[in-house]
Amino acid sequence: MNELRTLTALELGAAIRRGDVSIPEVTVLALNAAESAPHNAFITLAGAEAMRRAEELQKGLGDASSPLYGVPMAIKDNICTRGIRTSCASKILGDFRPPYEAAASAKLAAAGALSVGKTNMDEFAMGSTTETSFYGPVKNPWDLSRAPGGSSGGSAAAVASRTCWYALGSDTGGSIRQPASYCGVTGVKPTYGTVSRYGLIAYASSLDQIGPLARDAADCAAVLDVIQGRDPRDGTSLDGRYGHLLEGLTGDVRGLKIGLPVDCFGDGLDGEVRRAVLAVADVLKSRGAEVVELPFPVMEYVVPTYYIIAAAEASSNLSRFDGVKYGWRAEGYDGLTDLYNKTRTQGFGMEVKRRILLGTFVLSSGYYDAYYRKALQVKAVIKEAFDRAFESCDLLLTPVAPATAPRLGESLSDPLKMYLSDVYTVSVNLAGLPGLSMPCGFDLSGLPIGAQLIGPHFGEGRLLNAAHAFQLDTDYHKRAPKGGITA
Amino acid sequence: MKITTELVDYISELSRLSLPEEEKAAMTAQLERIVGYMDVLNRLDTAGVEPMSHVFPLVNVLREDEVIPSQDRAELLAGAPAPDPEAFLVPRAVE
Repeated sequence: MNELRTLTALELGAAIRRGDVSIPEVTVLALNAAESAPHNAFITLAGAEAMRRAEELQKGLGDASSPLYGVPMAIKDNICTRGIRTSCASKILGDFRPPYEAAASAKLAAAGALSVGKTNMDEFAMGSTTETSFYGPVKNPWDLSRAPGGSSGGSAAAVASRTCWYALGSDTGGSIRQPASYCGVTGVKPTYGTVSRYGLIAYASSLDQIGPLARDAADCAAVLDVIQGRDPRDGTSLDGRYGHLLEGLTGDVRGLKIGLPVDCFGDGLDGEVRRAVLAVADVLKSRGAEVVELPFPVMEYVVPTYYIIAAAEASSNLSRFDGVKYGWRAEGYDGLTDLYNKTRTQGFGMEVKRRILLGTFVLSSGYYDAYYRKALQVKAVIKEAFDRAFESCDLLLTPVAPATAPRLGESLSDPLKMYLSDVYTVSVNLAGLPGLSMPCGFDLSGLPIGAQLIGPHFGEGRLLNAAHAFQLDTDYHKRAPKGGITA
Repeated sequence: MKITTELVDYISELSRLSLPEEEKAAMTAQLERIVGYMDVLNRLDTAGVEPMSHVFPLVNVLREDEVIPSQDRAELLAGAPAPDPEAFLVPRAVE
């Protein structure tokens, strides 16, 4: 049975359709793996629901058309699942069981997806290590003393440890790509608006986007094929003009122009990471792609711009958590204002409070122009820098993070240092672009290294095909952490 | 930019947060470092640049005015910390 855990989601889906294995059998496999794993990747395991669903799906197998039908997966805990606890890894949501289902998970369910549970994350997706979770940190499957990255650290760890075959995450400033990189899996942040945010608990609405974390580019393509599409319930959603991604994976990258932004390979980048990422360019070149160097002179501005905008939107979005409508309420309050104050002060963790305060500051009278308005102007400059880059190339290749996974406990004491580690990912969200993270090597300590591909708006097909081409010639994405498949 | 305790008190009040003293000191120092770092944006001349809120110029996104069922009231109230059968309960707010 354990060899099933080494299959990709698409391979498992094919095995299920052939009748080589039943859906209840693989569901038991995933649930057992999740229960015995030491990573704290899940906040809620929905075992009984998953088994009921497995039986139901097995009965309907004859009519199955989706390649992901019956394949066990997991859902980040900021994506609302009807009747299943959704905590955002925060104390303030308590035992919240949403009365509705998010669009992305509902679409997957309609395609026969089977969720085993809700994955751990940074509280309200605010963090880069999954250490700000009220439910305790996630451990990196490659080294239990390391962070898995964040904020979708539970989703990345569940996929890396071969507990489930793919997972949904969300990415506001790198929260899919960076944990994918630290855990050695493939993850995609789609073009802003192409996946409905309906039912995604908002952090920074102009940047948030749901996407897949999976074993390889083909699995990510299969998930995106299902979840993309305009949704009237999300006013920022757009028609995904990149349909049928899976069919487009030819591995043919002849003539593709790959840009290397020189400003992404300068000071502050670990030497082993630099070598591994540049080696991706060589592999793609050997398949006929062209590689060009180009300037990207806005790197020093991306992190402050991101944190100003994200914190501003967070301070507004999180005002809804007041101890009245859902979730948890503090005790011993004196009047309505005190109820709000006590619930929010005791219900939010430090990082969330820090971002609410920062966001309130940059929006407050007297500071708005100097910080928030300025950040929106710099955002326009950053978007322009990308527009210019895509005039001379089809894709950009950069690192995902300046180094491999940090030790647990190293990041919480120095929030600014943690923010700076997001330098290669946040600009993609600011410009609304699609970004992909894929494993491209290991450092001397055996930790995975990730490479990021960035495309123009709606360039998902190009991104995934380039990643697929790389994965045809390399096996980094097939390597599993030791304890991953021996359980 | 100097972040004072008074400023932290002011934005805490706006945010409906009341930090305990020991948290407040640490938060003040951290915010000062973070805001100080953000001042690098001033190195970039953005005179005449239009602030960009959304990357796609979507305006007036409309949908058909169709009647669809609302969420079930009892189901919504079931998730509240202090509901009665028709409403969320809160302390008296108007005397």
